[in-house]
Amino acid sequence: MNFDPMLPIWAQVADALKRDMVSGRLKPGDRLLSTRELALRFTINPNTAARVYQELENSGLCETRRGLGTFVTADAERIAALRAAMAEELLRGFLSRLQDLGLTRGEALAMIEAAEQAQPAGPSEE
Amino acid sequence: MLESREVTMRFGSTVALDHVTLRLEPGHIYALLGPNGSGKTTWMKLATGLLHPTEGQMLWKGETVGMHSREDVAYMSTEPFFYPWMTAKSVGKYYEDFFADFDPARYEDLLRRMDLAPGLKVKNLSSGMMAKMKVAVTLARRAKVYLLDEPFNGIDLLARDQIARTIVEAADSDTVLAMSSHLVEEMEAIADWAVFIKQGRLVESCDLETMRQRTGLSMADRYRQVYADLGAGDKEVL
Repeated sequence: MNFDPMLPIWAQVADALKRDMVSGRLKPGDRLLSTRELALRFTINPNTAARVYQELENSGLCETRRGLGTFVTADAERIAALRAAMAEELLRGFLSRLQDLGLTRGEALAMIEAAEQAQPAGPSEE
Repeated sequence: MLESREVTMRFGSTVALDHVTLRLEPGHIYALLGPNGSGKTTWMKLATGLLHPTEGQMLWKGETVGMHSREDVAYMSTEPFFYPWMTAKSVGKYYEDFFADFDPARYEDLLRRMDLAPGLKVKNLSSGMMAKMKVAVTLARRAKVYLLDEPFNGIDLLARDQIARTIVEAADSDTVLAMSSHLVEEMEAIADWAVFIKQGRLVESCDLETMRQRTGLSMADRYRQVYADLGAGDKEVL
């Protein structure tokens, strides 16, 4: 993973894990990598890896069970809420950038429809 | 912890380190930063006990660095330190005889991961292979302190990733790990603490995430800022 050096690294790794939770690659209740494994997986400092889980835990997306490891929350509603929040953030950015280009709502909608017809939307895998 | 208290090091009339007080704690990976001649290598050599400070104290766990601390400190110098007639395998044996904490299985594993055949002769190693072997043999020690001087030098991009991963692996909650490199970007994600040394003086020792948040700068940007007045290229002070 290439990091943006301007953003906190823990936030970038947390975002990657959140995307995995939302896409279903990580399922509710799944066991996550240990802090050490996470550090090696992303080649990041072990303290940064610990911070990733700490922050995810603070936002209720994962939980650490003493001696067992860290798990994705079993609460599917939280994941659904996360998906909605991430989609909303994406949408806001998208809309504000279209606005910056001077497009009206109608024009933007027409463009989205045209793009969908040109390339049918479907589940996309990275 | 490993610390220097008001350490000054002079070589003749040259001041390599000027009243440097610095504390390295276990559980962190430190990036020692500064252009050539800043004093990073001198600091590492003092911490290893290879040099003795002109003034001030160098301490490991509160005691002056010396014979007892050598058992705990694994130092990788920039100079090659193997005999030309040795093979990768015999370098391991040599280290095993020398250091009680040397783990032959780990060394073998590191050689394999760095694509170095045990039968390779030191005299036939390319500069990149030599650099990888130095890292492998140093990190194969189960030391309490790792001091790596320029671990990424002369190593291609793919092997650099491998070395970064190996460094993360060696880091532990009870080990002190410090590395110096001109390749600041290589250290951005694996270090959590940055130490800026400029012309023998300590400029700043800071937690990286805190620094990034406070200044909005990456470690590389901060580096450019701190050393801006030295101009392009390396300034040789030593």
